[in-house]
Amino acid sequence: MDLTLKIWRQNGPQEKGEMKTYPISGVEEDMSFLEMLDYLNDKLINDGIEPVVFDHDCREGICGMCSLFINGEAHGPGRKVTTCQLHMREFKSGDTIYIEPFRAKAFPIVKDLMVDRSAFDRIQRAGGFISVNTSGNTIDANAIPVPKENADKAFDAATCIGCGACVATCKNSSAMLFASAKISQFSLLPQGQPEAKERVLSMVNQMDLEGFGNCTNTGACEVECPKGISLENIARMNRDYLFASLSSNK
Amino acid sequence: MALDSKVPAGAIADKWTKHKGEIPLVSPANKRLLDIIVVGTGLAGSSAAASLAEMGYNVKAFCFQDSPRRAHSIAAQGGINAAKNYQNDGDSVYRLFYDTIKGGDYRSREGNVHRLAEVSRNIIDQCVAQGVPFARDYGGLLDNRSFGGVQVSRTFYAKGQTGQQLLLGAYSALNRQIAKGRVKMYARHEMQELVVVDGKARGIIAKNLVTGEFERHSAHAVLLCTGGYGNVFFLSTNAMGSNVTAAWKAHRKGAHMANPCFTQIHPTCIPVSGENQSKLTLMSESLRNDGRIWVPAKKEDAEAIRMGKLHPNDIAEADRDYYLERRYPAFGNLVPRDVASRAAKERCDAGYGVNKTGEAVYLDFAAAIMRFGEEEAHVKGVKNASVNEIKALGEKVVEGKYGNLFQMYEKITASNPYKEPMMIYPAVHYTMGGLWVDYNLMTTVPGCFALGEANFSDHGANRLGASALMQGLADGYFVAPYTVGEFLSTDIRSGKIPTDSPEFEAAEQAVRERTEKFINNNGTKSVDFFHKRLGKIMWNEVGMARSEKGLKQAIADIQALREEFYADVRVLGSANGMNPELDKAGRVADLIELGELMAKDALERNESCGGHFREEYQSLEGEALRDDENFAFVSAWEFTGVPAEAQLHKEELTFENVELKTRSYK
Repeated sequence: MDLTLKIWRQNGPQEKGEMKTYPISGVEEDMSFLEMLDYLNDKLINDGIEPVVFDHDCREGICGMCSLFINGEAHGPGRKVTTCQLHMREFKSGDTIYIEPFRAKAFPIVKDLMVDRSAFDRIQRAGGFISVNTSGNTIDANAIPVPKENADKAFDAATCIGCGACVATCKNSSAMLFASAKISQFSLLPQGQPEAKERVLSMVNQMDLEGFGNCTNTGACEVECPKGISLENIARMNRDYLFASLSSNK
Repeated sequence: MALDSKVPAGAIADKWTKHKGEIPLVSPANKRLLDIIVVGTGLAGSSAAASLAEMGYNVKAFCFQDSPRRAHSIAAQGGINAAKNYQNDGDSVYRLFYDTIKGGDYRSREGNVHRLAEVSRNIIDQCVAQGVPFARDYGGLLDNRSFGGVQVSRTFYAKGQTGQQLLLGAYSALNRQIAKGRVKMYARHEMQELVVVDGKARGIIAKNLVTGEFERHSAHAVLLCTGGYGNVFFLSTNAMGSNVTAAWKAHRKGAHMANPCFTQIHPTCIPVSGENQSKLTLMSESLRNDGRIWVPAKKEDAEAIRMGKLHPNDIAEADRDYYLERRYPAFGNLVPRDVASRAAKERCDAGYGVNKTGEAVYLDFAAAIMRFGEEEAHVKGVKNASVNEIKALGEKVVEGKYGNLFQMYEKITASNPYKEPMMIYPAVHYTMGGLWVDYNLMTTVPGCFALGEANFSDHGANRLGASALMQGLADGYFVAPYTVGEFLSTDIRSGKIPTDSPEFEAAEQAVRERTEKFINNNGTKSVDFFHKRLGKIMWNEVGMARSEKGLKQAIADIQALREEFYADVRVLGSANGMNPELDKAGRVADLIELGELMAKDALERNESCGGHFREEYQSLEGEALRDDENFAFVSAWEFTGVPAEAQLHKEELTFENVELKTRSYK
């Protein structure tokens, strides 16, 4: 198929960027979206043009490294897929495709389509863990039964891949879905209880420090989330936050 | 140099306890004076960095991804083995040990494997305490499933995302130490060179991938947790960035490379669809618990399917060849990976393959869907359920077990695996070979350790499913944090290692020269062009079946490719700043050298064992013929200038607790 690609090119965080147009032919429908970009890059190299920089690694929808705003949607058209799982059969010959980086104040552009999402790591460091040493000498794994329903919900929350589609999609650039997924995971498990109050206060605080916006219950994040992380997690986090703010000793 | 595995003497079950008790301790005050570098943040790296920092060492951790959470351990699907015997099906530490030795086709070290089986139980306890949400049954206790090559259910899992959950657990432990300032994290940094001072690993040259700057980092020990080298085949289930560079640089500085030809070709991956494909996607081995593998029994049916004239659902039961169940009745669809892969290749080579390329077999859930559906109908008290109702109930059960995998399959192939059988074919997945390490996980360069897939030690010639996660976490949480003590306890008076020594200077200079060479090369072909060609050579001659003739040809071809690569590769842009093409060029350069060594190792090993199948050494039924008399050893290759002249050292394998037998799954 023949396509017209409009791609954001920007040399560095401080430089001015612009949309550039690249016509491309010979794209096959079995290609993944990133394979289409590989194909473009190979052509650009042959023409002596610097290839387009974009983040990617596992290419099976789990590492969370790929991003891209495609035709105005995080990870492009289709639900519950990452960009690497998007295939060109979703497009048709003659289409013009707009490819931009994830945009948010807390995600500065590194180069072209690559952004810096280290703010997410800092939110996790603020409390996204259970303080247990790695000695292996804890209690037996089956000592505390966990109701299947809670275990399953904790798992669903824990499947967040940290890609940042929620932030890129949100009109407020809020990271509530991301932060609430980790907070919920631990909130639903007995092992997470001792530090629950401190965790939610600390992670929410870090989220604010990083410059992410607030949640106005639009729900776009849930729609665009490649893992289908539920808005219920945000509600749970808000509940936990309120409870912790009222009852914490800090 | 004689290789000393340093496996402690004594009864197998006591070795590790005894050894741990005898490793000299480093006092808390002295630990604060010791720096450790951990390269890679997958299961092995994250868990090691977190554990060492917790113990009091100063840790610097490096990963090339934008966050430590993205390391490719995250993509592991099926599960993690542990000898918990929660299912009361006769499992034990000894049985896990035995299964692993047998599954590895008797090419791994008894002492290491037993230790792995011992600590497997602690891993599950540890992970649950960290909040890893493993699958549970309705009583709230942990659930298990079976994996290939074993007859017990010892695999713990979190749907098809076990690797993700375990890695995020280790990442959380790492984050806790980063928050405390005990670990300094360097993301988007890649190791370019190992620095050896007075015969000891004393640091690395790392490249900041964002700025292009080279940085010197010194330490008293360097831990390489950098994964495997499956990307030497270009197409594999590895991540795009997975590479051998850190391990290869260590190899060039004196670390022996062990059994490099032992590669795992995973039987259940989505088949190759076209020339522009960049990677292959695994369909978890857990699917073989319930899916049945088959091809048409009649060649004409296979041909009709390939031409699109026949649909698999229209082939009668009697005309299907469930070849694994036929050939291996005792284990059926759950034979080990190497056996399943070869059997698929055999059928496809014989003309029974089912997709356009003729390189695919079916993995069929129709029988499982009916079985589960009938069970559900019974449980729910649905009387006289129609076939469609039973199917719908069964599909729900299958969705609960494998939903994400089925979804992944449908996204990639645009075919619905609930309604028609999946098509699968073997693909490169894991490398059992790696840096040679002793019982303490130290390479032949003192102070340089290798953990997880980066070392060679536990899986012999074939790894069992759900054992990679086990080994990564065992090495990182429970083995290396103790064993580094033996080396570091002699180092407490060394003081901070300076980075202005001639050794650091020379290492950085070498890296700069390599980088500039690529930038100024002005060739005509992209890096991928060469990588794809390397992959083709490797897959055709050093893949599932190898022969003397083919391997010799491969060596010659790779040597020619290497020359062409250096003469004609084109890397645009500059060395200052972000330049992924430049980074890729460095990785592919190392993969080319490694590929040659793999072929050389495969040529040297005149036997078939595990994933290494030499066409000359097979039984009349096409089963692998191992030669214990002459090849019960680990090949450890010493770098002497070029791969062609690598020097072979042998570590003889002795089996005191397991009798060497022909591996049979019949």
